[in-house]
Amino acid sequence: MEVLFALGLIAIKIALLIAMLLLLPLPLTWLERKIAGHMQQRMGPMRVGWHGLLQPVADGIKLLTKEDHIPAEADRFLFKLAPILALAPPFVVFVAIPFGETISVLNAEITLYVSNLNVALLFVFAVIGLEVYGVIFGGWAANSKYAVLGSLRTCAQMISYEIPMGFAVIGVVMLAQSMSLVDIVRAQSDLWNIVYQPIGFFVFFVAGLAEAQRIPFDLAEAEGDLGAGFHTEYSGIRFAFFMVSEYVIVLLVSVLSVILFFGGWNGVLIPLPPLLWFALKVAFFIYVFMWFRFTLPRYRYDQLMAIGWKVLLPLSMANIIITGIAFT
Amino acid sequence: MGQGFFLLFAAGAVITALTVVLARNPVHSALALMACFLQISAIFVLLEAPLLAVVQIFVYVGAIMVLFLFVIMMIDVREAMLQRFLPGRNLPALVLLLLLGVEMLALVFWSGRFSAAEPIAPRGGDQVRQLSTTLFADYLLPFEVASIILLAALVGAIVLARKESG
Repeated sequence: MEVLFALGLIAIKIALLIAMLLLLPLPLTWLERKIAGHMQQRMGPMRVGWHGLLQPVADGIKLLTKEDHIPAEADRFLFKLAPILALAPPFVVFVAIPFGETISVLNAEITLYVSNLNVALLFVFAVIGLEVYGVIFGGWAANSKYAVLGSLRTCAQMISYEIPMGFAVIGVVMLAQSMSLVDIVRAQSDLWNIVYQPIGFFVFFVAGLAEAQRIPFDLAEAEGDLGAGFHTEYSGIRFAFFMVSEYVIVLLVSVLSVILFFGGWNGVLIPLPPLLWFALKVAFFIYVFMWFRFTLPRYRYDQLMAIGWKVLLPLSMANIIITGIAFT
Repeated sequence: MGQGFFLLFAAGAVITALTVVLARNPVHSALALMACFLQISAIFVLLEAPLLAVVQIFVYVGAIMVLFLFVIMMIDVREAMLQRFLPGRNLPALVLLLLLGVEMLALVFWSGRFSAAEPIAPRGGDQVRQLSTTLFADYLLPFEVASIILLAALVGAIVLARKESG
């Protein structure tokens, strides 16, 4: 009975998580277009629903009913598999992400995470690394020059920026003496890590921008020189898969920034429920992502590589040494 | 329940490993190899070694396979699909395969190291700490030597890949 109850609880949590992650891109696309509009002194979507609120639904219907085109010379199996490979890793990562400590529902204490892994941080980075396969196979299977070039660029970029990103969080692990995300948040209950780890956060966030393929590092889909990058040949629902995966990664990088550097669900000054604090902080970082997108230009490809290897990597190593000297 | 999962993952690993060899398209082989590594990391989880499982995904699936794919994408796959895996007839390969199989079975069944009489007790506690003290304290010198050899190989590869004039 106990085992059944636990299994049922896990199933419910996973179902909720999947529903949340699948639905979240809808409001996020609307917000992104609205923010873009207002930053460029126009209104953004206005036609469908009040202030364009139903625009994402209309877009979704459009994508669902569009022809699902597969190029004649494509590797059909890989072409169909690639969007799923791109979508799965960001969803899997959220298994290890805690959203808070516990809440009590019907006199039962329920933890706000599916699993508290003791190697959670490593798990997150390992699984998010698998994201690159959707890009590789998607670009290669379409048998198009633009797609292959885009996918090679994206792969090189993701691999290069994963290294400083991984190094940047070592400082956090050193402070918390644990790789469990729950322990890392608990260790910040007095003072947030951003105070001790400003360099770490800078490197992490910049690498996160690159990992999520967002401006100023969205070289993969530099529409000026590559069509649309690795998903040039995708249309309809398969294209939507890549879109959803991009938004989930934006959410993931925001959530990780909050958990690792900004105290997770620990609040300051105003006593709000921990879950609300968490959501507010995450929302702020998602806004920062969109804000960057519409204010910064795109880097050139050689500049991108130079930033990754010659600036971020040495900075993240220096951060580890400084943390080691100062706090141990 | 553990045994059922083990059988599931082991069967998955064997099937995907066979696919690696039998698939005609090198990119499909690479995909199957990646799936095989994932099954093996699942077996690590069953052995209560989550750290090793994650490192397996990190290093093999996340890094090494990507480099494999880079190389494969550089060659002309359609050409490669038409070529036979082994030139000539398959008989010598079959004989070698049988010999190797018999040898491995003999090793597993007669060697004392592989006896299943006493299962290895799962070691609880902080695995990260255990692994790091083993690597960075008990076996520091071999670890550093291995790193230097890897670094030398990297430098060597770069020197080989560079054009003469560069």
